[in-house]
Amino acid sequence: MNLVTHHHTSLRDAWQRLRLHPWSNLFSILVIGIALSLPTGLFLLMSNLDRASNSFAEQTEMTVFLKTKTEMDAAQALADAVRAEPGVRRVRLIPREDALAELQHSGLDDILTSLTANPLPHSLVVEPTDSLRVRQLEQRLRQHPEVEAIASVAAWAQRLDALKTFGAALTWSLALLLSLALLAIIGNTIRLQIYAQRDAIEISRLIGATDRFIRRPFLYFGALQGGLGGLVAIILSGGGIFWLNRSVAELAVTYGSSFRLANLDLQTSALVLVTATLLGLLGAWASVAHTLRDFD
Amino acid sequence: MIELLNVTKRYPGGHLALANCDLKIARKEMVFITGRSGAGKSTLLKLIGAIEKPTSGHIKIGEQDISRLRRDTIPFFRLNIGMIFQDHKLLYDRSVLDNVLLPLHIRDLHGVEATQRARAALNKVGLSNRERSRPITLSGGEQQRLCIARAIVGRPTLILADEPTANLDDDYATEIMEILKALNDSGDTIIIATHDQGIIARYGKRRLVLADGSLS
Repeated sequence: MNLVTHHHTSLRDAWQRLRLHPWSNLFSILVIGIALSLPTGLFLLMSNLDRASNSFAEQTEMTVFLKTKTEMDAAQALADAVRAEPGVRRVRLIPREDALAELQHSGLDDILTSLTANPLPHSLVVEPTDSLRVRQLEQRLRQHPEVEAIASVAAWAQRLDALKTFGAALTWSLALLLSLALLAIIGNTIRLQIYAQRDAIEISRLIGATDRFIRRPFLYFGALQGGLGGLVAIILSGGGIFWLNRSVAELAVTYGSSFRLANLDLQTSALVLVTATLLGLLGAWASVAHTLRDFD
Repeated sequence: MIELLNVTKRYPGGHLALANCDLKIARKEMVFITGRSGAGKSTLLKLIGAIEKPTSGHIKIGEQDISRLRRDTIPFFRLNIGMIFQDHKLLYDRSVLDNVLLPLHIRDLHGVEATQRARAALNKVGLSNRERSRPITLSGGEQQRLCIARAIVGRPTLILADEPTANLDDDYATEIMEILKALNDSGDTIIIATHDQGIIARYGKRRLVLADGSLS
């Protein structure tokens, strides 16, 4: 009961200290929030890119054009063989007659009637299971003698995947760097707080206060600063996504898509808050331990 | 029983504050330590209060050798002592009541019980009507009384008072001494460092003289 009361008192003290210097603390919290919003925002962009690329991956089917002399039986056999290949989800054989009919429906009827024979080959529409393996699959398909040419977006898919990998690495590096910056910011704020409270600390020690008793309000202060900074980061990232979505919506319409950037979900928001609070606590702990040793 | 056995205290830099001091103070005794400025009175109190460690020798309080206390156990030892400082060492950004509540909070005592005890301590030193005031608005005598209230609120059995009447006029000094005498009458051991010979003569208690770091 007493320990709970002491924690409650320490939390109240920490809150009062925040309110005692509202402007300087507000600026510290804003700096922490901005520092945290950079990796948070980047994480959001990456997860949205992931979403976008997943829908893109669904369109990474490739069209395999067979040589014009390939007969229907051979085309059917090749379709069966490709179906058995690893990394292939679905194969659809488009006979040259169907391709011609489709072309006629697309408004090229006048041109096609002037031709004496069907110039189109049989083709296979191959849908891979994994965008990462498109390139390998394409190389294997090229080895079949019946294959004349392959049209695919594999290269784009690969570039996108490489970009995602780079983005993830960048996000983590930035998160690590800015976490260190956050530790330094909170540590310095706490250090200043401790020096401002030096008399109170020394008097408390003289009358029997343990280091734990002295440390606790500062730890709460650090955790509060971190947590509030995390909240600012969530608001800034959310605001950024809201603002970007206007441009994204306009761009998506030109592609006939209704794609929108997704905002932070509840779970990720909670993770940002908890991480920021823990970083605040850690920064405060390190600062208090170091500064109290200076007082000895 | 407080016992100093061959205690020497030399500060970094070489200044010898106490040299081979032996001393015994019985429970419930009131003792004056006197001597000129710089004679080592404050050092002696700091050693008994575990604020300083002796360079050599032993300090025993009851069965406990406090010269061997580990750093992390010193705060718990200090909870048994009430300290009254010449410069009061009050928290000027907190109210009178909050200053007296601090030792109770350190003892993990909160809420109504803590407030009642703090008010009782303030009542004992005649500051009941000032509990909401800031210490800076109190007179020197009142600040010293507040310091006493903070020292006694934790119900210690040993009170160390370092020049408690310094910078106070006679009326205030008498007030403070009467409070300390009343505490002694109720069973507390009290050690007072003072250079005020008038006060020492008036109360007729044991007097220890410190000169050049030696007790006589």
